[in-house]
Amino acid sequence: MVTIVEINEVLETVFDPEVPVLSILDLGVVRKVFVEKGIANIVLTPTYSGCPAMDTIIEDTRKALVEAGIENAVIEMELHPAWTTDWISEKGKEKLLLYGIAPPVEPLPNANVMFADNPIINCPQCKSKDTVMISLFGSTACKALYKCNNCLEPFDYFKCLR
Amino acid sequence: MFVNNIYSDPIKKVLLDFLLRMADTSLVLGHRLSEWCGHSFILEQDIAISNIALDHMGQAQNWYVLAAQLQDENKSADDLAFLRDVLEYRNLLIVEQPNGDFAETIVRQFLFDVFQFNLLIALCESTDSNIVAIAEKSLKEVSYHVKWSSEWIVRLGDGTKESNERIQNALNKLWEYSGEMFLPNATDILLADAGLGVDLSAIQSTWATYVATVLKQATLTTPEKKWMQKGGKDGVHTEHLGLLLAEMQFMQRAYPNCQW
Repeated sequence: MVTIVEINEVLETVFDPEVPVLSILDLGVVRKVFVEKGIANIVLTPTYSGCPAMDTIIEDTRKALVEAGIENAVIEMELHPAWTTDWISEKGKEKLLLYGIAPPVEPLPNANVMFADNPIINCPQCKSKDTVMISLFGSTACKALYKCNNCLEPFDYFKCLR
Repeated sequence: MFVNNIYSDPIKKVLLDFLLRMADTSLVLGHRLSEWCGHSFILEQDIAISNIALDHMGQAQNWYVLAAQLQDENKSADDLAFLRDVLEYRNLLIVEQPNGDFAETIVRQFLFDVFQFNLLIALCESTDSNIVAIAEKSLKEVSYHVKWSSEWIVRLGDGTKESNERIQNALNKLWEYSGEMFLPNATDILLADAGLGVDLSAIQSTWATYVATVLKQATLTTPEKKWMQKGGKDGVHTEHLGLLLAEMQFMQRAYPNCQW
């Protein structure tokens, strides 16, 4: 009979298609894993409501399970509680940095405060603190676009969602 | 997931009406914003608008899925989005207004974002856990929308003579569509009484205070016009919605049940 350990081993091999260094466990979208009557049950939650990666993640998860011999699996989506970047694992944050994406630090001070100082983000390449936000929305909804004034490299910042 | 028969038939009817309004409003605005894709004046803002469009599409999908669970006609979320005609659409009039120039798009977005932000905060207190789940999820995304559109209002209002004029003109033009957001129809009143919906008048004062603050900072004049358009919530739309739906629904109308 399939065990939770076995299921988790498979989930560790399913990666976010947009950020292919993060497994879905690192990303924190796997909310529950349990076995009921010999059937693997996996509950996922979406990152952003409109994230196009979620459909791919469900398909990839099913495929990985089948390849590992786990044919009987129920994969469900739950909206509540809403995903937060706090659920990205510490290991995941290190992987992001190595991949060149600055991991989330702190949320907007207050969404109602316009022109609030944006959080200081260290450049993932040269580590300089002298960086500037170019756009609140980057290559995907979950990222903002920054530029480093020191090494002049543009980089993605994984926005804090809390 | 809705438990069967949790609500009485009259409540179910208005709840469905409300869920469709939330879904239609997000879908129509998402579609409008998607029309900017590849046409914006600068790449970063093109991407920002597309990302915001995507958030609205995702939110629309969540509301449609909920609406599909509630109705008894065995329609899917896609059926509700693509096979209902203009008189059946329940979106707010403001979101169906054409993109115009960038100033009109920003003003439409700003007036709506601040409303949606406050509406979602209030909906987090709804007695229905499904509504709360979508509201909580959407709120995190909309927080970034409010910041983005507010900053653009100030940047353009307090910018050059031309940008100031354009944004003021857009404000004067679109202002008459802002009142409907807070005007309760029969659905709003019934749902607020049942604890499922919200008191729109409470949101209105918060909205007005924030909007006035931003407009002042942007050196813009709050329009004095009191007369307001209405009807979207009850299916009476401006001429623009029909054209939008004709394009958006074309594939499903021309090739019924097509999938990709």
